[in-house]
Amino acid sequence: MGEKTTRRTMLKSGVAAAIAALLSPRQSSGHQVKEYPDSMGVLVDLGRCVGCRSCEAACNAEQGLPEPEKPFNDMTVFEELEHGRQRRTDETRYTVVNRYEAPGREHPLFRKVQCNHCQEPACLTSCFVNAYTKTPEGAVIYNQDVCVGCRTCMIACPFYIPAFKYSSAFSPRIQKCVFCYDTRLKYGKPPACVEACPQEALVFGRRQDLIKVGRRRIEEHPDRYVDHIYGEYEAGGTSWLYLSPVPFAQIGFNTELPHAPILDSVKNFLGIVPMVLTIWPALFAGFHLLATRKETAAGEAVDHPEEEKR
Amino acid sequence: MKNLVAESDYLPLSSSYRVDGSPWTLKEKILLGLTARQYLRQLLRNPVNWLLLVLFAVGLPLLLQRYLVGLGSVTHASNDYPWGLFLGFGLFGMVPLSASGFLLGTTVSLFGRKDFHPIERLALLNGLLGYFFAVVYLLVDLGMPWRLTYPMVISFGPAAVLFLVAWHVATYLSVQVAEVLPSFFEWIGRSAWKIHIKRITLGLTIAGIILSTLHQGALGALFTYAPTKVHPLWLSSEFQWIHFFCSAIFGGLAMVIVSSTLIDRWIPWRCGHAFRANLQRMTLGLGKGASYAMITYLVIKLVAIAHDNEWEQLLGGWGLYYLLEVGIGVVAPMLLFATGVRNGEVGKVRIAAFLTVVGIVWNRLNTALVCFNYQMYAEIPHWKEVWLTITLYALYFVVYRWIVYRLPIVFEWKETAAPQT
Repeated sequence: MGEKTTRRTMLKSGVAAAIAALLSPRQSSGHQVKEYPDSMGVLVDLGRCVGCRSCEAACNAEQGLPEPEKPFNDMTVFEELEHGRQRRTDETRYTVVNRYEAPGREHPLFRKVQCNHCQEPACLTSCFVNAYTKTPEGAVIYNQDVCVGCRTCMIACPFYIPAFKYSSAFSPRIQKCVFCYDTRLKYGKPPACVEACPQEALVFGRRQDLIKVGRRRIEEHPDRYVDHIYGEYEAGGTSWLYLSPVPFAQIGFNTELPHAPILDSVKNFLGIVPMVLTIWPALFAGFHLLATRKETAAGEAVDHPEEEKR
Repeated sequence: MKNLVAESDYLPLSSSYRVDGSPWTLKEKILLGLTARQYLRQLLRNPVNWLLLVLFAVGLPLLLQRYLVGLGSVTHASNDYPWGLFLGFGLFGMVPLSASGFLLGTTVSLFGRKDFHPIERLALLNGLLGYFFAVVYLLVDLGMPWRLTYPMVISFGPAAVLFLVAWHVATYLSVQVAEVLPSFFEWIGRSAWKIHIKRITLGLTIAGIILSTLHQGALGALFTYAPTKVHPLWLSSEFQWIHFFCSAIFGGLAMVIVSSTLIDRWIPWRCGHAFRANLQRMTLGLGKGASYAMITYLVIKLVAIAHDNEWEQLLGGWGLYYLLEVGIGVVAPMLLFATGVRNGEVGKVRIAAFLTVVGIVWNRLNTALVCFNYQMYAEIPHWKEVWLTITLYALYFVVYRWIVYRLPIVFEWKETAAPQT
């Protein structure tokens, strides 16, 4: 490598590094869970739910989802198992209610599953086209116009909520509960499922108020609830919160979720990106100069003999 | 082909001009200097081509089905396992095996190790094709493949790991195209154009190192989005990117050994003098490099277990499986590499390289599929998904072979015809 080309190539690698630096992910500063003071939420009191599936029916109608095989008053769905697991959200249903026989209880318990609308959603932070938005009202909504269908959000969601419309070849999309944002939440109205609940198992309100309500219920009836509001801290906190009469692990909740947002475990990598981008070019250009010093001194003539004969 | 080369002294085609001084036409170059009849006949005589035909006969209709009826028609359409074989094998498995381009580029152009020059082009081509086909697998897996460029032009999610992967793979693919262009220029008889690439070689090489470090690492970091889903032995939020990057180093080196071994064994007529004469020495050299990378990898794997204090995890069934993977995929080939290099046994190094390649793919499949959702049921891919994955790999093989047959990858291009040496 001659002196002239060395300088030029060095310059070029510098430019390449600068371009790469421009393209690299932005770094956010040390972690703090974002606060949404006006975030709305729903408090689910599992002790009150009777498994009537009214919420499922209301959701189906509100979101214009296809009619299910079994009607919503058919309770045999609780026995359905796929891969040994109870029903989950998919492209035809944004919420499901599952039945659990908790040890030592006369009556079964029911658990409603839908998007929990995290404060720091993993789906949102993992999306490389920014298809997800956390609105000030607390909803995590999705924009199908930019989605590429990579399904990383499904990998990232610790609650296994986003579902993919695999059945469609030309207009597939992610399908999940959006807190009825477009039709209700935006106008300050509760989501369809909450309105449909005959038992008041679902309470709609500001998230901060709901936490207080939850605490009060636990305090007033310590015999009726375990001392924990699921969703207050799980995965950085969620807009949907749960109260349960039995330990959450007994009714299908993942109790091993970290209290920090999912993004926190990715930060170790994001932190090295700018270091590599800035240090590598200089380091390896240096290695090159050191490794080829003898040849450069020997002159250009013996440089790259096999390419020179062109 | 072997017989044809032995019969005709003007074969194999490896220069711009015939013996009588007239230039080879492009069509003749494409047909390897054979007549259309001869070409077709040698195609049909090769049993490998019949196997490929069977694969494509079923695979291409399946591909059509995937695009016309949807991804759900060829896979289990699992919402629990959003990534299947297309990504688990095609993206996560192919990319580390394609680190060869940047590794040999670095060795030859940056560290000035000209003694590896005869294998550099094969390494670059192996890298380019591996990445290209990783993108092909991606195009099959993406829900909306026609939006592949969205993260570049339409909507940006710059804080996402996948954003970095997308940009870096795209940029690096262009870098690799530039690195392979010189052989193409020679083949189309435009050697003079090589000067433009030669001028920026160092820049390209350094860009290659940066981009490779980051996106090999980023593929690992993608799994740190699922800290509760991947089995802790296969996931370390601190070291995942180093695990993926470090294993890509020996993965890439091993893949070059495997590829050069296959070419040397099955396409000897195409190998140039420099390639054949130096292959054994270079194989040992690559094996040495791989064994160093492997011991480094093993230490970081150990550090990760110590860091997360997962020792007792090693005792269970998953632990046994983990030890099996590391034992067969890393420790065994590492020892083979070490003894092979020490005693100059090329055969041993080649076996080690083959094991290493299997080990890397196994590790990536474990991380993406087997040990993903380890507390849930296991996902066994649909047979159509398996067949499609193999079909795409067959396509990769065909393209790889097509280029090695023609472009001056393992032989040197001559401007004028000269008798074979």
